Amino acid sequence: MPEIRVTPLGAGQDVGRSCILVSIAGKNVMLDCGMHMGFSDDRRFPDFSYITRSGRLTDFLDCVIISHFHLDHCGALPYFSEMVGYDGPIYMTQPTQAICPILLEDYRKIAVDKKGEANFFTSQMIKDCMKKVVAVHLHQTVQVDDELEIKAYYAGHVLGAAMFQIKVGSESVVYTGDYNMTPDRHLGAAWIDKCRPNLLITESTYATTIRDSKRCRERDFLKKVHETVERGGKVLIPVFALGRAQELCILLETFWERMDLKAPIYFSTGLTEKANHYYKLFIPWTNQKIRKTFVQRNMFEFKHVKAFDRAFADSPGPMVVFATPGMLHAGQSLQIFRKWAGNEKNMVIMPGYCVQGTVGHKILSGQRKLEMEGRQVLEVKMQVEYMSFSAHADAKGIMQLVGQAEPENVLLVHGEAKKMEFLKQKIEQEFRVSCYMPANGETVTLPTSPSIPVGISLGLLKRELAQGLLPDSKKPRLLHGTLIMKDSNFRLVSSEQALKELGLAEHQLRFTCRVHLHDTRKEQETAVRVYSHLKSVLKDHCVQHLPDGSVTVESILIQAAAHSEDPGTKVLLVSWTYQDEELGSYLTSLLKKGLPQAS
Amino acid sequence: MKLYCLSGHPTLPCNVLKFKSTTIMLDCGLDMTSTLNFLPLPLVQSPRLSNLPGWSLKDGNAFLDKELKECSGHVFVDSVPEFCLPETELIDLSTVDVILISNYHCMMALPYITEHTGFTGTVYATEPSVQIGRLLMEELVNFIERVPKAQSASLWKNKDIQRLLPSPLKDAVEVSTWRRCYTMQEVNSALSKIQLVGYSQKIELFGAVQVTPLSSGYALGSSNWIIQSHYEKVSYVSGSSLLTTHPQPMDQASLKNSDVLILTGLTQIPTANPDSMVGEFCSNLSLTVRNGGNVLVPCYPSGVIYDLLECLYQYIDSAGLSSIPFYFISPVANSSLEFSQIFAEWLCHNKQTKVYLPEPPFPHAELIQTNKLKHYPSIHGDFSNDFRQPCVVFTGHPSLRFGDVVHFMELWGKSSLNTVIFTEPDFTYLEALAPYQPLAMKCIYCPIDTRLNFIQVSKLLKEVQPLHVVCPEQYTQPPPAQSHRIDLMIDCQPPAMSYRRAEVLALPFKRRYEKIEIMPELADSLVPMEIKPGVSLATVSAVLHTKDNKHILQPPPRPAQPTGGKKRKRASDDIPDCKVLKPLLSGSIPVEQFVQTLEKSTQHPPVPFLLEQHGFSDIKVEDTAKGHIVLLQEAETLIQIEEDSTHIICDNDEMLRMIRILRIPLSSKLRCLCLK
Repeated sequence: MPEIRVTPLGAGQDVGRSCILVSIAGKNVMLDCGMHMGFSDDRRFPDFSYITRSGRLTDFLDCVIISHFHLDHCGALPYFSEMVGYDGPIYMTQPTQAICPILLEDYRKIAVDKKGEANFFTSQMIKDCMKKVVAVHLHQTVQVDDELEIKAYYAGHVLGAAMFQIKVGSESVVYTGDYNMTPDRHLGAAWIDKCRPNLLITESTYATTIRDSKRCRERDFLKKVHETVERGGKVLIPVFALGRAQELCILLETFWERMDLKAPIYFSTGLTEKANHYYKLFIPWTNQKIRKTFVQRNMFEFKHVKAFDRAFADSPGPMVVFATPGMLHAGQSLQIFRKWAGNEKNMVIMPGYCVQGTVGHKILSGQRKLEMEGRQVLEVKMQVEYMSFSAHADAKGIMQLVGQAEPENVLLVHGEAKKMEFLKQKIEQEFRVSCYMPANGETVTLPTSPSIPVGISLGLLKRELAQGLLPDSKKPRLLHGTLIMKDSNFRLVSSEQALKELGLAEHQLRFTCRVHLHDTRKEQETAVRVYSHLKSVLKDHCVQHLPDGSVTVESILIQAAAHSEDPGTKVLLVSWTYQDEELGSYLTSLLKKGLPQAS
Repeated sequence: MKLYCLSGHPTLPCNVLKFKSTTIMLDCGLDMTSTLNFLPLPLVQSPRLSNLPGWSLKDGNAFLDKELKECSGHVFVDSVPEFCLPETELIDLSTVDVILISNYHCMMALPYITEHTGFTGTVYATEPSVQIGRLLMEELVNFIERVPKAQSASLWKNKDIQRLLPSPLKDAVEVSTWRRCYTMQEVNSALSKIQLVGYSQKIELFGAVQVTPLSSGYALGSSNWIIQSHYEKVSYVSGSSLLTTHPQPMDQASLKNSDVLILTGLTQIPTANPDSMVGEFCSNLSLTVRNGGNVLVPCYPSGVIYDLLECLYQYIDSAGLSSIPFYFISPVANSSLEFSQIFAEWLCHNKQTKVYLPEPPFPHAELIQTNKLKHYPSIHGDFSNDFRQPCVVFTGHPSLRFGDVVHFMELWGKSSLNTVIFTEPDFTYLEALAPYQPLAMKCIYCPIDTRLNFIQVSKLLKEVQPLHVVCPEQYTQPPPAQSHRIDLMIDCQPPAMSYRRAEVLALPFKRRYEKIEIMPELADSLVPMEIKPGVSLATVSAVLHTKDNKHILQPPPRPAQPTGGKKRKRASDDIPDCKVLKPLLSGSIPVEQFVQTLEKSTQHPPVPFLLEQHGFSDIKVEDTAKGHIVLLQEAETLIQIEEDSTHIICDNDEMLRMIRILRIPLSSKLRCLCLK
């Protein structure tokens, strides 16, 4: 029995280190290869020994697909390909291919140079890993091999984020990666056609949240930033270098311009300018409005947002600083946070989801005393605000996507188990499809029943279609043909053609039934009586009286002969082939009832 | 399968393909060579042009002198220029389901088709084709609309009058179909009907046909198209290039195994090598400016200009031209330069890798930054302040009939220091220059046409091996001016089928198969039998469902089991439908086995009317010349068995049924086809 098997190595009932194994029609595909922000031990990467126990990665996997450049989706890639060892193709979109190595290098620097971790991947490994990448364009059908094809759909979320359809024959799986169903200030909304996959694997970060309108959130955000700046406070916005950062920069830029504000806005790390360059060059991946107006004004050329210098953190007066990384787990954002946390005039705004174990997660859950390295305790007096600007679909959006794609089954990843449970029920109720939420290492098996495509000879098909026009709802008409199977070539042809092609002779099976009739007249006259009787009964059939005295009904032959012994009896020979059996035996029984008396 | 040929221009094609149940228009080219018959539209009042004498017939009759003007022995129509549209009468264009666009030059007639023929379908094109196509249309509309011309000449088009005119007006074809330019509103409406596609995207049309664009290597987003069903494949090759310029390379492999390959858009200048033309372009350019002259390059706002700018970028400093200003003047100059930088995925590998750095893929960004290249929407405004001579000006339109180029021709034409360099191959340069004669300016002809030449075509055809090639008639004979050059035509076997404008071709296609899906339950029930090594057969009796042009075979419904045998009507009460097709039989009956089976008493399934549930005891077998005769005396039944036939003769048709049932255990031992 053919089946689809899914095993999350990461992101199963969890957010972080997304990595999902899919087996479909004998092909093995790995979806994403991320790291976990909440761990710095072995658990930060997916457990590839699940595969390597039984052999090499390259032998097992037909391809790897990366949905977007966030590290929880691609952070383990150099480890996976260069340290564990994988030489097959890695597919991602062009913006992901451009930005991914930069983030990986950034990640490596923090891990190795700052935290001093050993046995981490090197810069060279990142380069070697990226050489295995094949760029995929939106909606392009990429033939991985003769049978396996993949296709990318726009996912919103971040620049270059894509959902992927994985297809073998008539079986298919769609993996959403992270996506956003509402367009924002710089990206469009995710979209997929009604591709009816056997399985939809969707993220479920906001499985239980239904967000209020974006406009309200933006107004709230601007109000809070504005108030803090007005009272001379500093605003820290931890972000990832690409994605929400650009979104919020556009938002603040327009607000600053409108309100004519003077407080400086800074963007930390040298990435900014480079990042904005990418946005300028990948304009086709942004939203309609930016694409339409980029010739007149490129939205990613900011007037108010300037580069941040470490020394600015200590300067007096209000300011807004975007700093990386987004979950306050390391780097510059954490440094600034430590400097500003003690002052209640200041504010930190967390614009996105924070993984368990990060400082971001801790302060959001209300912790005000944080234990830092070296047993230091940091008291948080600054205001802590959470504003959901992460570009994930909310519950409504997820349901919307399920409705768009019309899958036969749904599988939830990239979310918290409790919330998934709720969404699972909702999906099962609303769409009447099975919904799964495996934990890491747990396998879901879905039996499939793919139909078999064959070639039908046009002659046979047309003959059937022509007859199919007659309405006959009572009994379905049967199509009879012969399936010729030669190697992997399957053809359905009429039986005549099959015999002819294979050089086989037809075996004619003929039946002749003798019907005795009491009739004293001559044989010819008997035949005439038979003819007129049949003609009157069988109005829809072709009944003929041939010159040689015989009668035919379609291809059934009826001859009248004298009885050898009894001159008062005539013998009717009714003869038909196997193919006409029903009509033949009908005629026999009809004639056995005798002929109506001649008037 | 038919091909309706609506355009006679080999590089600006417009064909309609009827394939299965779909009607597909391939490209929508607009023949603009018609404008060469018109006087140029000057941006600035030109005393020379407005004082040209009216033309009169040989007998002195001057009734046409308002419409026709004479310049250096050539006659021009003094009117708003008009374009030669594709044929609109050959086929009802409202029946066209989709239009496939191969590149931005081949979509210029789109507004005429989508807005004025009742077209309700969808247009498919890549994003660069649409964006740059829009720029080309915008420029065209702008050029024509900003020089309003009161006069619209129509008298000369009268067939009886046209006969009397001098060449080339006399020979102009289809003048009655010539139309003025469309409006921006029509352009926007036409472009709104376009759906964007990416290379290698499979697009389903009504479940019957799949179309796929492939990179053709000629321009940004230029594509060839595959139109296929599961058993037939048509390749439409239009404007392709194997040279390494800025676009993504041509995808040749996907063209393999075509039944028909429609080949259009080959190079218009097969004898000119694009590389040496670029060299000549550069050397003539620097020679002129070094001597203090100006260089005028009539061009389209996108395409080859990107390559020329890149060449100049490398050439400027070494040739000592760094102080010479380069101007690019077009209402869409800025947009074109900006758009070229954002289409990374449509560019060649080298340019793509630049984006990863991240750097703009084209070096003209740097030329602009360093002020070496300046662009302006027109000669009015900022340009008149910045204008310095000597200089190099890139501007349109290459026909020299409208656009800013007209002004520079008038301005610089009288000095032999200046040079006009023709790089676009679409217009014969001598004809383009005719209304400016006499000219003192130097004229250099370096046509750069990167499209396939005949050597490349023959290599391509050898590689992709289509069964049939269809092409415009121009490609099946040497160019008229070089009739001895038999190498300048398509040479393939079987010879290419050629078409000309307004012709309908029946394509040599025999559709024999169609895809059908066998549902898994049915597939499980099939019993394949190996007939020959590697060849198996299975009888299929199934219910056919057809929806949205997709065919599915489902298992036949289970026959309703007769609940009580008596209740069931006898079969003979209903007149059977003789149209039901029954399978055929094959194989032969092994007589001994057959007789043994008849003798045996146990039957599966039991035959209700077989007397006392045991076999026949009185079977006699006689040999005949061709086989055997089996006699069942008591049952008065005679069975003739021969190699290819069996004939059962008896009194009672119930006997026949019985024998048919007897056949069941036999059939599996027979090499038997289609027995159930």
